Amino acid sequence: MGGRGVVWAVVLISLAVVLLAPLAGPHAIGLSALFDPSAAGVDGEILWKIRVPRVCTSFLAGCSLAAGGLAFQALFRNPLATPFTLGVASGASLGASLYVGLGLTFSLFGFSGETAASFAGAMLAVGFVYSLSRLKSGFTTGGMLLAGVAVSFFFSSLILLIQYISDFTKSFNILRRLIGGIQVVGFGPALNLLPFALVGGVVLVSLAHELNLLTVGEDIATSRGVDVRRVRKVVFGVVSLMVAAVVSVCGPIGFVGMMAPHMVRLLVGPDHRRLTPATILFGGGFLTLCDTMARTLIAPVEIPVGVITALLGGPFFLWLLLGGQGGRIS
Amino acid sequence: MDTPAVTVNNFSLELGGAQILNDVSFSVLPGDYLSIVGPNGAGKTTLLKCLNRVLTGGSGDVRICGTPIGELSQRELAQRVSYVPQLDGRSLPFTAAEFMAMGRYPYLSSFSGIREHDRSELNAAACQAGIEDLLERQLDTLSGGERQKVFIAAALAQGAQIMLLDEPTTFLDYRHQVEVGRLLRHLNREGGKTVLAVTHDLNSALDGCNRALALKQGEIVFDGPPVELLQETRLRDIYRTEFAFIEQPGSELPFIRPWEAL
Repeated sequence: MGGRGVVWAVVLISLAVVLLAPLAGPHAIGLSALFDPSAAGVDGEILWKIRVPRVCTSFLAGCSLAAGGLAFQALFRNPLATPFTLGVASGASLGASLYVGLGLTFSLFGFSGETAASFAGAMLAVGFVYSLSRLKSGFTTGGMLLAGVAVSFFFSSLILLIQYISDFTKSFNILRRLIGGIQVVGFGPALNLLPFALVGGVVLVSLAHELNLLTVGEDIATSRGVDVRRVRKVVFGVVSLMVAAVVSVCGPIGFVGMMAPHMVRLLVGPDHRRLTPATILFGGGFLTLCDTMARTLIAPVEIPVGVITALLGGPFFLWLLLGGQGGRIS
Repeated sequence: MDTPAVTVNNFSLELGGAQILNDVSFSVLPGDYLSIVGPNGAGKTTLLKCLNRVLTGGSGDVRICGTPIGELSQRELAQRVSYVPQLDGRSLPFTAAEFMAMGRYPYLSSFSGIREHDRSELNAAACQAGIEDLLERQLDTLSGGERQKVFIAAALAQGAQIMLLDEPTTFLDYRHQVEVGRLLRHLNREGGKTVLAVTHDLNSALDGCNRALALKQGEIVFDGPPVELLQETRLRDIYRTEFAFIEQPGSELPFIRPWEAL
């Protein structure tokens, strides 16, 4: 199975979701507003200030999370290895919580201080997992996943501690961040995500040959000429940046990075030259769809999108564990 | 005189506190077929992995075609040395053709795919290994013997002068042992490849090679023509086992059978 046809189908469906999603919501919007950005009415206002920015944000977040998941799965040769299971997201959350808890306000090179703090946290987690993998040669993937769980627990406890000693408003702010939801007004958050998603996406697509070989195994990859250490560093760095950016804007949204690559792999096959771009677009469309459900299922009340992805992802995780197509990265 | 394909001088390697290789020195000329033999844990596979930097570290001097291995990038090294590891292909999600195409990695750039030249190299490799009929099959549907031939073809596609093979015929049925053995001899004699093969089965190892290297506890205990290795006291020393020697018609090498552990 596979081929270009399926890839194009994935691309078209994702784009369709993104184009239609802004029209869905508690307030019905006529098609006319879509073609007239300058429309002054309420429809135009809702569409261009709230819905379109939100769809852009969720799309870019989904792209980043799916790309990160895919790259980690190839690197660790395990369908359960994602930035979330390895503790990167909880590291980023810790950074963001510290930023809020300490009441910091700064910005770095035009990016919000929260992004910078999230990135620092993510790097901390990645650095830990990475040095662990270097510490003992032949550290098993299972061991890495367990280390990721340990890191997650440790960071979660630190976040709880920060919440506990913070005042009520800050504590509430942190809690809202930890749930993972996409509530944005205006294009600012999307623009914050864009450079990370774009650069990260291009870098990971350019590593398609390397990721293919790493799927086969590190020894083979090395013997075929892949500088495995360099690739590992680049992937760790790029993925931490992407995930940290997402966490700083939307909070930790789990399971997208695990589900999207896996579903696309079943559709287009294991070749990363097709798999990476398809997964990135699919992830964007998938999270947009989840977020649209989050806004509309029990409107006017919103469900945080992290809850939706986790409700889908939990059973999916178990299905993988029980071996449904999941014993291998194929 | 030719530049040696592989030169190893005073090479030692420690892994996790254990001395795996101890002051190993040897060199391999272009066109040599070297069998590396020895008991389990002697360091055979480790030695092989140090020749293509799958394992790094260690002290001493390793040169590939005269160039110190540290001065070659991983890609440059892959253009000179290919590798057939002991690989469990049952969990690999690729077709034989896809797997072989990855052998062209050292010649590809980031966004380029397989070009016309790569394609003809791949066809030639498939043809030499006799696996044209298997190309569209998924690796996990092939038999162990078929898969081994695909792995060898993939290494061939790498276009390297030197081939490293780790236990190329172990776990294969008799027919595939013979076929793979014949293929390696053909690649060595007709294809001009320099072959370094690790194995613990002396009977299949020494058939076709022009030199044998025996390792024991990380040290080289024999380096010379195979017929000289197959001597009672020598084998007893290396394997701590008594062997029976059986004359083989049409071969200068006796067939050996272990019969008592010492």
